[in-house]
Amino acid sequence: MVLATIFESVSPQYYLVLSSILFVIGVVGVLIRKNAIIVLMCIELMLNAVNLLLVSFSTFFGQSDGQLFVFFIMVVAAAEATVGLSILVLIYRNTRSVDIGLFNKLKD
Amino acid sequence: MSIEIIAYILGGLTIGSALMVILSTHPMRSILYLVVTFFMISANYVLMNAQFLAIVNIIVYAGAIMVLFLFVLMMLNLSKDAEPKTSIPMIAAAVIAGGSLLVVFVAALRDSGGKQLVAPGVSADTVNNIGLVKNLGHELFTTYLLPFEITSVLFMSAIVGAVLLAKREKQIID
Repeated sequence: MVLATIFESVSPQYYLVLSSILFVIGVVGVLIRKNAIIVLMCIELMLNAVNLLLVSFSTFFGQSDGQLFVFFIMVVAAAEATVGLSILVLIYRNTRSVDIGLFNKLKD
Repeated sequence: MSIEIIAYILGGLTIGSALMVILSTHPMRSILYLVVTFFMISANYVLMNAQFLAIVNIIVYAGAIMVLFLFVLMMLNLSKDAEPKTSIPMIAAAVIAGGSLLVVFVAALRDSGGKQLVAPGVSADTVNNIGLVKNLGHELFTTYLLPFEITSVLFMSAIVGAVLLAKREKQIID
């Protein structure tokens, strides 16, 4: 039996860099897109980048706790997407737009 | 050697599809590229011996969450010219900020985990089996029982919150 197959040929730094890049793509997406749906999707992308890193270190260290954390993160992501999208539908119903700039109204 | 090449190609495809999510102008295409990204991430999980999470990732993310996004997008019925535009200086600032963040991440985390650090007393069999349902389920219902039960409360409140918010009533923002 091989010990954690993938990490005999690929270093964990590779997955570190990969998930950092995915996370940064999510951050840039939140900053440059104004469609609120896409912003929510970029948040999902950031959560997935963290999941990828957790799984890779879980395999690397031979412990299952990281994978269970991923499980809980998925649960939280599902709840967050549900509530976020229903707020979005509510805002669209009132303003007929999903422009994130309209959230400025919350200031006053 | 060949597994290394597969890992690099998968990484490239993951980053490429993630980039397409934020670059494509049509929201529908963004959602479909995000589904592709989730499939790529699942493939990465399979490479790392996390078979259960790979399946759950496809079922929960690609199956449930993205279908929810697709439903909302189709319900809102946005046209392409309704897509709000971002100014060029804003995009440049965002890309510079993101690049700086990436540099900080890589510089801070580069030296972590130099060599295989499997905890003492863990056999090769255990390491190969940690991603399977049997082992994860056992951990979930012994060590993480309380968080698992609290999860159901979270879901309950999410359902109630979503129904309350989306109910059609007089809710004026102005």
